[in-house]
Amino acid sequence: MEQLQLSQSEIEKIREDFPILNRKINDKQLIYLDNAATTQKPLSVIESMSEFLKKSNANIHRAIHILSYEATLAYENAHKIVAKFIGAKSFREIVFVRNATEALNLIAHSFGERFLTSSDEVVLTIMEHHSNIVPWLILRDKIGIKVKFIKTKEDGTLDYDEAEKLITKRTKLLGVIQASNVLGTVNNILRLRDLAKSVNAKFLVDGAQSLPHIPINVSDLGCDFFVASAHKMVGPTGIGFLYAKRELLEEMPPFLTGGDMIREVTVDGATWNELPFKFEAGTPAFTEAVGFAEAIKYLQNIKIERILNYEKTLEKYILEKLKTMSFIEFYGHQKGEHLALFSFNIKGVHPHDAASFLNSFGIAVRSGNHCAQPLMNHLKIENALRASFYFYNTNNEAEKLFSTLEEANKFFNR
Amino acid sequence: MEENKPLDIDPLMMEFLLDHYKHPHNYGELEPAEMSYEDGNPSCGDQIKISLNTKNGIVDEIKFKGKGCIVSQSAASILTDMVKGKKIEDIKTISREEMLENLIIPIGPMRLKCALLALKVLKRAIWGKQFDGDDEDE
Repeated sequence: MEQLQLSQSEIEKIREDFPILNRKINDKQLIYLDNAATTQKPLSVIESMSEFLKKSNANIHRAIHILSYEATLAYENAHKIVAKFIGAKSFREIVFVRNATEALNLIAHSFGERFLTSSDEVVLTIMEHHSNIVPWLILRDKIGIKVKFIKTKEDGTLDYDEAEKLITKRTKLLGVIQASNVLGTVNNILRLRDLAKSVNAKFLVDGAQSLPHIPINVSDLGCDFFVASAHKMVGPTGIGFLYAKRELLEEMPPFLTGGDMIREVTVDGATWNELPFKFEAGTPAFTEAVGFAEAIKYLQNIKIERILNYEKTLEKYILEKLKTMSFIEFYGHQKGEHLALFSFNIKGVHPHDAASFLNSFGIAVRSGNHCAQPLMNHLKIENALRASFYFYNTNNEAEKLFSTLEEANKFFNR
Repeated sequence: MEENKPLDIDPLMMEFLLDHYKHPHNYGELEPAEMSYEDGNPSCGDQIKISLNTKNGIVDEIKFKGKGCIVSQSAASILTDMVKGKKIEDIKTISREEMLENLIIPIGPMRLKCALLALKVLKRAIWGKQFDGDDEDE
């Protein structure tokens, strides 16, 4: 029977798939703990794109020649692989965009301007990434909708009682980040979905941080929108997707317009191409689509459930250790489910200085406000270090982080 | 790729700056001040306010106040030392390179904004946006 947990020897083998993990920084072995920003790529993903470019590169759709046929097939097939991966009913429900940010902009623009009016409300959480806040604030300024935020409680979890009060019959859309890129908190999206559905609001899930780690089935979940980026799940940059229920996509007007998204154009107007191409104007990132499909195959081969189990063990291990380090102040991780993602500070040390120190020992972490200023303000944190782990990270790397943090504390706080 | 070039700051070399950070020179605020300016780096939250008074075209008193990382705050401490007693006109020509040289330790590309914030604030306190060298970022 297959183990539900990744073994150390499997991790060692997996690490060999990622060439960059061999890199030395300042003569030290790279320890890459910035996976919430972007993940590293296995050789199979890198090679899938270079093979495609060497053998089949041509613009998709409309050409008769064989290269274009192959490229079109590969591009459309990538939609199918994504659809299957997230449990969509059809590849027509998968729109390729540049990244989750673009998908969120598409929703606010296309769904928002068509379906929302000034008496409507959009409810978000204070945990949202800027990309699921700013498009809605712009829409608010344009058409006068109200945007409300569900806050977090002291323990770093969402205040579901407050959510119940904020979500009313005026709520037309509830938008939530499934896993916080600052606290690692995994939100209870079933509970939030039920709240949205109880008032007939559309339910949007930002899966940029969750899809790389947590099994998702959008049909079972019953969300109306789901967005994610390939590069946060061992795929290339420049490609992400919007999932939306087909009947919604049929109703929504195009976001970007031009080539490939039309059925017919006259000087008087145009009609739209079938789904999902109605939303994919211009030459898309088809090379990256090939890489994205390969990334999903890579993850499926390991199995997301096993990745999640391994990371849960890692999260517990790191959390127990952090609790014993009195010079560290860390945020969240008190109640409920969490990714192996930690925001913290060395007391009395600016996170940029700490990150510089870690960097000189080959350890890559992020420092800053993590594109979530409303959450940081709510938590009264100005800046923080963030170490975000993925399945190719090991206990040994975590140990090295701890010992280097201790060194940093001794250095700065003597 | 330049494997051996330090990408950031060697912690052992940070000692010099750490001293300025823990015991900043010219810390505080002049009230009233003939000239003052405050600015920050939004991405990292560094904040510096510089206030100064002149006598016969020479920097007579100068103080800085701020919060942030070692690099930004020690640079302010060092810069205020540098310009005390200097002709105002001579401050105009302090280049980014000169500022970095005075920090003694090499500053990697990721921390340039921190290292140069004090110089920008000082120049803006005196001349507004004219000579702050911010365009060099473009």
